This record gives sequence, C-alpha cells and structure tokens, in this order.
Amino acid sequence: MLKIEPNIADFDGFYEALVGLHRNLTPEQSQLVNSKLILLLANHIGDRVVLDQAIAKAVQGVKPAGHENTISAVV
Amino acid sequence: MTTTTSDSDYQSLVFDYKRCADQDASRPVRHPVVIVGAGPVGLSVAIDLAQQGEQVVLLDDDDRLSNGSRAICFAKRTLEIFDRLGCGRPMVDKGVVWNLGKVFFRSEPVYSFNLLPEAGHQRPAFINLQQYYVEGYLLDRARQLPNLEIRWKNKIVGLSQDGKSVDLEVETPDGNYRLSCDWLVAADGARSAIRGFLGQTSSGQTFRDRFLIADVKMAADFPAERWFWFDPPFHPNQSVLLHQQPDGVWRIDFQLGWDADPVAERRPDKVIPRVQALLGREAKFDLEWVSIYTFSCLRMEKFRHGRVLFAGDSAHGVSPFGARGANSGVQDADNLSWKLRLVLQGLSPEELLDTYDSERVQAADENILNSTRSTDFITPKNEASHSFRNATLELAKDCEFARRLVNSGRLSLPSTYSDSPLNTPDADSFSGPEIPGAPALDAPLRRAGEDTWLLSHIGNVFAGIYFNDGRELHPELTKALRSLSDDRLRVSVSILEPKGSPALEATGLKFFEDVEGLAAKRYDAQPGTFYLFRPDQHVCARWRHFDVASIRAALARATFQA
Repeated sequence: MLKIEPNIADFDGFYEALVGLHRNLTPEQSQLVNSKLILLLANHIGDRVVLDQAIAKAVQGVKPAGHENTISAVV
Repeated sequence: MTTTTSDSDYQSLVFDYKRCADQDASRPVRHPVVIVGAGPVGLSVAIDLAQQGEQVVLLDDDDRLSNGSRAICFAKRTLEIFDRLGCGRPMVDKGVVWNLGKVFFRSEPVYSFNLLPEAGHQRPAFINLQQYYVEGYLLDRARQLPNLEIRWKNKIVGLSQDGKSVDLEVETPDGNYRLSCDWLVAADGARSAIRGFLGQTSSGQTFRDRFLIADVKMAADFPAERWFWFDPPFHPNQSVLLHQQPDGVWRIDFQLGWDADPVAERRPDKVIPRVQALLGREAKFDLEWVSIYTFSCLRMEKFRHGRVLFAGDSAHGVSPFGARGANSGVQDADNLSWKLRLVLQGLSPEELLDTYDSERVQAADENILNSTRSTDFITPKNEASHSFRNATLELAKDCEFARRLVNSGRLSLPSTYSDSPLNTPDADSFSGPEIPGAPALDAPLRRAGEDTWLLSHIGNVFAGIYFNDGRELHPELTKALRSLSDDRLRVSVSILEPKGSPALEATGLKFFEDVEGLAAKRYDAQPGTFYLFRPDQHVCARWRHFDVASIRAALARATFQA
C-alpha cells in the first residue's frame, strides 16, 4: 500500500536536497537525473502494487494534452 | 531450367513454371489441401502435411526464393521443428551459432548476456542464417516428398468458399485455371492477397521510425556475437545492430529516424559512409543487400476463416527486435499441420482447427507485446521515455537492476499454451516448466550404445514417455503400453530408464537410457511418471502413474473426440 501519510524525518532538508540536485543543470540534464532517481527508488521499493499505486497517483488530475506518437495501421 | 542446388546459390535459383494437368481438366480439380506461399511458413506446413501422408499442392506467385537475407535469426524451438521436418541439420551446420549479446551505450559497453546457460540440448539457443538458405534447405526437403507438388508462377486471383470447399482462380503464364480444395492455408505474407479476397484486415500500430539494413560482405575478425549500440559516436542519437551471418556476411541495422528519406537512404553513396563510420574508412566490404523499412505490430482478429487458415506474416506482424517474425510463423506451421492432418483423415472434427486460432492468437499477442516493449525502449516515443532509456543505460554500468531493464530485443521463446482446451489439467503434483501446453524440453539419451536426443523420438504422432525404474516391466504394463500404439490414433511410446540401467528390449517399445538424468530432472519425473505429447511436441497431459483409461481420455480431449 502506497504511504501518503508523512514518512520522512526531515522534510525541509529532503526538499532542499531534491531541488538542489537540479542546480546548474539544463532541462535535459534535469530530466535525466529525475529519471535515474525514479528508477533507483522504484527498484528499492520493488513492490509492483505500491509502484502501480504511485504511478496512478502521479498522473491523477493530469489531462493529457500531448499525442501518441504511433500511427494506427490496417492492412 | 532449374539450376543445380549447390551450397551457396539458393538466391540465384529460378524455378520452371510447368503446366499441370489441372489446367486442362474440364472441371476444377479438387485437392484436400492447397497452401499459398513458398516462404518458410508455407514450405513448413507443406512438408509437415506431406511427411504425415497428405497430398499437398503448394502455390507460389514467384519463381524464386527469398531475395535478400531478410530473416536471419532462427531460434532453438524453430530449429527443433526443422529437425522434425527433416532439414534442421544442414541449417545448423551452415548457420552461425551465437550465444553472447553485448549492449553498448555511446562508446562504452554496459551489459552483456549469454543465451545458453544450460548444457544438454541438441540445438543452440540461436543460429544466424540468411532466409534464402532456410528456404533452400526446406525446398530440398520438400522435393524429397513425392506427394508434395509445388507450382511456381501460380498466383491466386480469385477466391470463394461455401463451407464445403474453397474455390480458387489461379493465374499462370499461360492463362487462368480453377481449382478447389477442402482447406486452404494462406502463408502469403504480410500483404496477403487472400486476406483481401476474404475482406479481412490485419490491424495494430505502425512505429514512427525508419531503419536501414545494410548486409555487407567482408573479412572481419569480429566475434560471432550480437552487438547493439545505443547512441554510438559513429551514428549519434540512433541505434545500430551488428550481427554475423554465414559466408562472411554481416547484418548492420541502422536506426535512421522518421524524417529519413527512404529512397535516398538506399543509395550506395549514402549507405557506404554509414558503414565506414562503423568499420573505419579503410575497411573493405561489399554491399550484399540494402533495405529501408518501417514496421508495424499487427494481427488479424482471427486466424481461421471457415476453410481458410492464415499462418505467419499474413496473420500477424511484429517489429524485428527479438526475431519473432519468421520464428513465430514456423511455430504457427508446427501448430496447424497436425490438426489439419487429423481433420483431413476424419480423426477429428473441424472444430479442432479453432484451437489453432486460439493457441496461435495467444502466441501472436505474446510476440507483439514483447516486440512492442523492445521497440518502446529502442525508439523512445517522447522526451520522457528517451530520458528513462538513457537513465537506464547509464545506471546499467554499475547497477545490476538497471541491466534487467535494458531491452534491445527479448529474443524469441516458444509459447506455452497453458489455457488450451486440448490440455488435460494435472491431477497429480508436479513442479518445473513442463506443464500441459509447454513445448517439450530436449535431453541427451542413449539407445543401443548410440547417443541420441529426446526430441528426435517424439513428434509427428502423439507420443508417450514412460519413466521406468530400471527393472523389467510387468507383463501387464508392457501389454498396456503396447496397446497405445495399436489405437487408431497411434501413440508412439518410449521407455526411459535411469542412468546406468541395463538395456532392456520388448517388441513394439523403444527403450532409452536417461544418460545424464536430465530428462527425469527437466520433466520432474519419478519412476511411474507418464507424459503424453502432442504431434507438435507440446505436453498434452502427465501423470504420476500409468493408466490407460486416463491416457485415452486425454487423447480424446486433445483431438476433440470427447
């Protein structure tokens, strides 16, 4: 079960570290670092149920405004 | 005229169109089965049915084998099917055996995998072999079968079916003729004309990317390994695959991106610099075959339409990552042939063919799922997936978990038909992978002092394996085992004895020594265990104790006689 109640000892310190991670990075570098961070944390958590709940929570309320980059095909 | 079949000129063979008696018949001649398309799939179905005794007519609209290398990776299971069809050996002898795959990111190696962690199998995990060799060896085998007639330059231009037969109009160099058949196998490729005649479609998605295949001939000292680069310095921002084929031919596959011009990119003045960027300016090579492709993952909703059965690319298409196109097509042929034979012989009702549809649709979905996942990794669809891809590759250098995420193609494995209605569910307790519906695993055996392999002794008909304890069989058991081979649905029974047992013989039964104990291990067998295999070598049922009535019930279920 995904925890959404407070679970980090030092919230302000953690937030500072998270934001500080991106200081002096280009947007592309930031995206790469964020991707690594997500992959590392996901593997640490391991539990697919928790990961799927986090994935669902993260996208909640986001209305897709992009487009799928594939073409449907019929032959 | 038909030229000689030497080792290396399959690509240049031209086959004579010959007028056949059907063209002069006053009314359409009726055949039990007509197969359309002399590619790897059509040839496999034709050989399989013919060697099981059926009269087969194979039509092809061309007079040549595959033009270009095309499919080059043939998986273990496919080689085992080719063994059953009587032509696996020349393919393995000619093919390049490889086990090691290496993945590079930019200029650094990040990950390597070994496909064959386990000994005790006759066939390797994969061989690389040009499609024209595979078709050539299949054709050599087909020509040994007098009841298999191939008609080159015979193109289907019209088709109708009424539930009792399929009627065809065939175009030839000297005019059209009609014929009819009980069953039609459409192995006529991705652009299947037969699919169109039936008003059917194959649907799915096309990926926005283009790839260049450059097959080059050169004397190179690269090892026989699969090398895959993401974003290498010699081809920035795209991927490249290098893979060895026989005769000093190397497959180089360059990702080009969606905006590449498919006409210009095929020209030697564009291709050669790309190859030189990889091999070096001084490298000497000849271009063997160049092709630009995009790809789609699609399938027909159903593979059986009345008396027409679709197999291979006509029924489904996948991206090339993972070698799942030709391999899955040959596995379609393997699944279809024995069922069609039983229906043709009146041993099963035609509903048995609906299980060809259900089992192979499931297999197609597995292949599409795996190849779509590989494609999403290799050609990321958006910035976020591109970033995850690069993050995975960077982490893979020192994080073991990330190596498991690297996906440059999950290579073809056969499907286990675990939900098939043909399976008899286990009543006894077993562990391991050989559940009902699973393809049989090989193991080394010995018979009369000769080394042999388990898979060489099952297939074509239903087969039983009884695991004995090394002691003489009880006369009642011998009689019961023997009775299985006398049934209308003949079951070929083998007795496996533990390592070191004295050689026993009994009329009508084949005894083998499980020389390394691997058969018992792989099948989780104990003395008394009995496995029943379908003619395509998939497990049908298994028991801890031999019981003729249970075996007959399982056979009835697997042949739709229940």
